[in-house]
Amino acid sequence: MDTPEPSFDAKALSAHGLACRRGGRMVFEGLDFSVEPGALLYLRGANGSGKSTLLRLIAGFVPAADGELMYGDDAWGTGDAALSEAVVYVGHDHGLKPALTLRENCQTYARIMTGKSLSENVLYDAAETFALDRLLDQAVRFFSSGQRHRASLMRFLLADRPVWLMDEPTVGLDADNREKLAGLMTRHLARGGLILAATHDPIGVAGATVDVSQYAARATVQEGWL
Amino acid sequence: MSTPLSATFRAILMRDIRLAWSQGGTGTMALSFFMIAVTLFAFGVGPEPQVLARIAAGVIWVVALLACLLSLDRLYQADYEDGSLDDLALSPLGLTGVAAAKILAHWLATVVPLILIAPLLGMFMNLAPEGYGILLLSLLVGTPALSLIGSIGAALTVSVRRGGVLMALLVLPLYIPTLIFGVGAVDAAMGMVGSSANLALLGAVTLVALAIGPFASAAALRLALE
Amino acid sequence: MHRFANPAEFNRLADRILPWAIAVMAISLVAGLYLALIGSPPDYQQGESVRIMYIHVPAAWMAMFTYMVMAGASFVAIVWRHPLAELAGKAAAPIGATFTALALITGSLWGKPMWGTYWQWDGRMTSVLVLFFLYLGYMAIWHGFDDEEKAGRAAAILALVGVANIPIIKFSVDWWNTLHQPASVFRMGGPTIADSMLWPLFIMATAFQAYFVVVFLWRMKLEINQRKLSVMNRAEVYG
Repeated sequence: MDTPEPSFDAKALSAHGLACRRGGRMVFEGLDFSVEPGALLYLRGANGSGKSTLLRLIAGFVPAADGELMYGDDAWGTGDAALSEAVVYVGHDHGLKPALTLRENCQTYARIMTGKSLSENVLYDAAETFALDRLLDQAVRFFSSGQRHRASLMRFLLADRPVWLMDEPTVGLDADNREKLAGLMTRHLARGGLILAATHDPIGVAGATVDVSQYAARATVQEGWL
Repeated sequence: MSTPLSATFRAILMRDIRLAWSQGGTGTMALSFFMIAVTLFAFGVGPEPQVLARIAAGVIWVVALLACLLSLDRLYQADYEDGSLDDLALSPLGLTGVAAAKILAHWLATVVPLILIAPLLGMFMNLAPEGYGILLLSLLVGTPALSLIGSIGAALTVSVRRGGVLMALLVLPLYIPTLIFGVGAVDAAMGMVGSSANLALLGAVTLVALAIGPFASAAALRLALE
Repeated sequence: MHRFANPAEFNRLADRILPWAIAVMAISLVAGLYLALIGSPPDYQQGESVRIMYIHVPAAWMAMFTYMVMAGASFVAIVWRHPLAELAGKAAAPIGATFTALALITGSLWGKPMWGTYWQWDGRMTSVLVLFFLYLGYMAIWHGFDDEEKAGRAAAILALVGVANIPIIKFSVDWWNTLHQPASVFRMGGPTIADSMLWPLFIMATAFQAYFVVVFLWRMKLEINQRKLSVMNRAEVYG
């Protein structure tokens, strides 16, 4: 990284009175937060409090039952162009095709997200960061689950988008890789990117915290049904 | 940042064609099923050339339809299970475009080989010489509707365990018009009547399916993402 | 409309309508059956078998009507995300499937003396058979999902795709039928039907319509109560 990377033209992401209902039950309600460009927000909370759901809501997969999400001054939700140009989401599933090599998986992902092919440098750097450079031409079906997880984290480096949504990114990472991940996140923030990370594990990057448990819905069921 | 959408569309298209013909893909399986199932009919109804010739077009159409249906089962399910459906949903193309690319890939990778092998099966079934051209033409015009309508069923059942049978139940009644006009075109040509009316209607069904298929599939996929 | 989004409000409305609907159903069913089975003359061509038509024709009408109710409810469910509209589709489907089955069974019973066979690939019968398959698919998809809300939306998408396809299916089946059948198949109906047959037919149709309203409202109340029950169970689990 000799040349400084260009910084993002990102905006603040904010939630106002956000509520989400899943499986007929209110998961959380009245949730507010705001993340400025260059800032990191940790989502904490007990199991089942809705951290993953919140991330999937921000990614536009799950509709909000109430409240709104704003990206700068624009509404942000399912089908909004702003969203599908800005977000990288990495959840529990690795999103890799076992029949393809790691290189093919990465190239396909980058083309789907950006319409452009990856340069060999970017690809190699991303693989090297997670100690996967020797496996680039190996079919993913031979990977261990730890290698798959690291390969899934490579996506943050391949799409070059400002908003990172990370669901339990450190699970299964050793100390060395966690340090690498922390380094990546710091670099992303320095470029003016935004990160929302659901994790119990302090990665060592400074950031604000939202405890999703505190927004647990008082009445979990929809009114009118009781 | 704007993304060349045609490049994204092509990336999804190439990915799915590639996967259909890689290990564990549906391409070879659908083709094998097609050939085996047609020969079963010869065993079932007996080898009399006249009988086989009479039912040839119908058998080839019905079996092509079933082969298509079988392969559609995995159209979205594989992406749903490994999490890459999340990535596709964040593509700048939007889910409707993603569905359109995947449907086209299915047709090109799985259905076109069936059409190409159909003359060979016509020979097995003692199809009259004047039937070959119109059989190919009717399959070419009609089978896109099978991929388009089937995609809706595949998307609706993507998160359903053992959704294959359910999908068949949903989709098969909707396949009836395509089957009727497709076989009707071949029968009309062999009866020395013009088959243009049947072909026009077959094309109309395909166009209606084109108008509905990607949108209904995207709506159903959004449900699966939640 | 949003007033009836409230299940309790809907239940109150249903309770007000139900006695009237039951009364209409009872009166028209008794009168219709009397006229159809005793009070009307036998057909000069079909003899006593024509009486099957007083059941068959209204059943076929209701089979179509119920699908339209389902499609309308599904449209409301998708556009306004209205949970009661999803339940309305769920409540209507088995009634529609039953009407469809009734139309098929009476049709084939009528076909035996008329055509000499229980099943003829007649254009109308075949269309009704396909409609029956569409009902089966709609009901099956409700059972495919663990989450009732997802099931409801999936079923709504399916019903709308189905209703867009019904005219195409109907047309294609008629087309297929004229290809494969001589045009001499006897067709019930047409303008020459006598008044003495028309009246029992309409009264029976009224009875069937009222029956639909009654059973539909009962099933809606049942679905609402079941939904309430599962909501209460969840409330217990999650506190």
